[in-house]
Amino acid sequence: MDKLKAKLKEWLEAGEITLAIGYKQGTREARPFFCRTAEDVEQMVFSNDFQPNLAVYLSKKEVVKDEKVAIVCTISALRSIAYLARENQIGQSQYKIIHLSPNDELMIFRSPWDIDAYIEEIPSTPSEEDRRVIEMLDAMTPSERWAWWAAQFSKCIKCYACRAACPMCYCTRCIVDNNRPQWIDPWASPLSNMEWQINRVMHLAGRCVGCGACGAACPEGIPVHLLNRKILDNIEENFGMPAGIAPREGAVLNTYKPEDKENFIK
Amino acid sequence: MDTLYIKKSDIAVWWAAIKGACDHVVAPVRKDRVVEFARVENYEEIATDYVQTTRSAKEVLFPRTERLFSYQKNGRDIEVKDFDPQSVPVQVLWQVRPCDAASVFPLDAVFNWDYKDVMYNTRRERTTIVAVSCSTADEYCFCTSVGGGAGDTRGSDILLTYTTDGAIVEVVTERGEKLVALSQNLFTAYTAGDKDSYLASVPQVFDVEKLKEKMHGMFDSTVWKEQSERCLGCGACAYVCPTCSCFDIQENPKGSCGERLRCWDSCGFAQFTLHTSGHNPRSTQASRWRQRLMHKFSYIPQRQDSLGCTGCGRCSRACPVDMNIKEHLSSIDKIQ
Ligand code: SF4
Ligand code: SF4
Ligand code: SF4
Ligand code: SF4
Repeated sequence: MDKLKAKLKEWLEAGEITLAIGYKQGTREARPFFCRTAEDVEQMVFSNDFQPNLAVYLSKKEVVKDEKVAIVCTISALRSIAYLARENQIGQSQYKIIHLSPNDELMIFRSPWDIDAYIEEIPSTPSEEDRRVIEMLDAMTPSERWAWWAAQFSKCIKCYACRAACPMCYCTRCIVDNNRPQWIDPWASPLSNMEWQINRVMHLAGRCVGCGACGAACPEGIPVHLLNRKILDNIEENFGMPAGIAPREGAVLNTYKPEDKENFIK
Repeated sequence: MDTLYIKKSDIAVWWAAIKGACDHVVAPVRKDRVVEFARVENYEEIATDYVQTTRSAKEVLFPRTERLFSYQKNGRDIEVKDFDPQSVPVQVLWQVRPCDAASVFPLDAVFNWDYKDVMYNTRRERTTIVAVSCSTADEYCFCTSVGGGAGDTRGSDILLTYTTDGAIVEVVTERGEKLVALSQNLFTAYTAGDKDSYLASVPQVFDVEKLKEKMHGMFDSTVWKEQSERCLGCGACAYVCPTCSCFDIQENPKGSCGERLRCWDSCGFAQFTLHTSGHNPRSTQASRWRQRLMHKFSYIPQRQDSLGCTGCGRCSRACPVDMNIKEHLSSIDKIQ
């Protein structure tokens, strides 16, 4: 941590950056911290388990425009940046990507493309608790599973915190905001809540890095990230693409290859 | 206002009498990781192990989604079915916190401002509010800074304060008297006057009168951008808030029939103020965050003689990036 702070101070003092996006202690847990002076760097804290995923701020123009940004990344945030770069969302921006590895090694990535080699070595795995719930859901019949999720989504208030917290949900006009035509009913109701989540999850299929920020953001405690996690598992099984690593040739469900299997068409 | 006393073992008996006398009792129940207001059939279902429900009780008066009217087209004839006040159940809202009870003032003001909203007012008339004083609070609570308190009776029809062997019963309104009358023999007079000893301590962190005055002149302050930098622009804070009352009107057409709905909306969303022309008068999160605080602490007080915040702390607990409103208000209070 001292190495990380020293680096950020050095950059801030030298004017190499104007803004460091990291974490500081919040009310109970860590919170995002926008740090502009070497003095404030002292307040920074870091763990690879922290939420939210700070990569979400890189697609917010009002936050990063006119700034020279260093972003303090968890492993999940690194994964997101690698994906965002592949989706041309990082552009020519010269972000300084800084990270502390689980064994406390300071790492600085000169470009998003350098991230791959590092994260390819680190599997994206769900927490034990998440794995337990996924196994419980897998063991259910489809109608039991539907009932379980329907009960969860009866609590959904359509606050879209799950969307707002996801680095990959950067569309300027989300399908739920579109009203000509109105694809999804914008009011909260059992059916439209489910429609919303199915759309969110499917739009993230093959793009989600499995960070869990969406589930952590939900004020109703709905584990929406497990839907995304299940799809990560499915993609690994069917396409051999491991979770959390941006495929060099594009996201599996966004690309076409003549040899793609068609055995699902019955 | 009568102050009465009821024994612990008699509370469930009284509750059953209340349940029998109304259509629904709505009370906090645990659902997985959260505690929410729901219709309750048995006294035992009511949750006790929590500081605050995730969502407020406002949806009893102002539901997430409600039908304004429905219609059916038959050739050239159109049959319109208006909202039917008779369809609103007689309800008792049981075990809300004093900060939820206090939210009826800004809600009453908004829904009776220049137009008397039949749906809101019918629900309000048919709902009796039984609040319970807080014996525990957490670091997000700041009711005492916005004119409330852990044992505040404002907005309640009855306020219960649990003691070691029963509850002090403050009967605030006529509606409250009617509930007591259901089991009059269970109540005795209460004279000990030790209510305060059963209340959680919630330290006051700012003087709201000074804050209101100061915020009045802060429209162009840089503080909004500084505070809102991490805000993600979701609707969580507004949707869990007991006083937020912004709504959207939506059509739900289904061929020859359909309905018009009113559903919650939030000033935190970028699209909230987006004009058809493409212009957005609140184009940045900073301007949306300013609106949230100014509305609650400047605009509502100026127009409606009430505050737009009861200090429940829900928005802070719900926020995915820990935008702690108590902390933000205190830091505005400290600006010289
Ligand atoms: S969908 Fe959820 S788990 Fe996947 S990248 Fe987005 S926030 Fe992370
Ligand atoms: S964060 Fe939770 S409550 Fe909000 S829209 Fe997503 S699932 Fe629904
Ligand atoms: S603004 Fe926050 S603290 Fe105030 S009443 Fe609303 S939810 Fe509670
Ligand atoms: S303050 Fe928090 S809950 Fe409210 S819009 Fe911003 S991120 Fe969402």
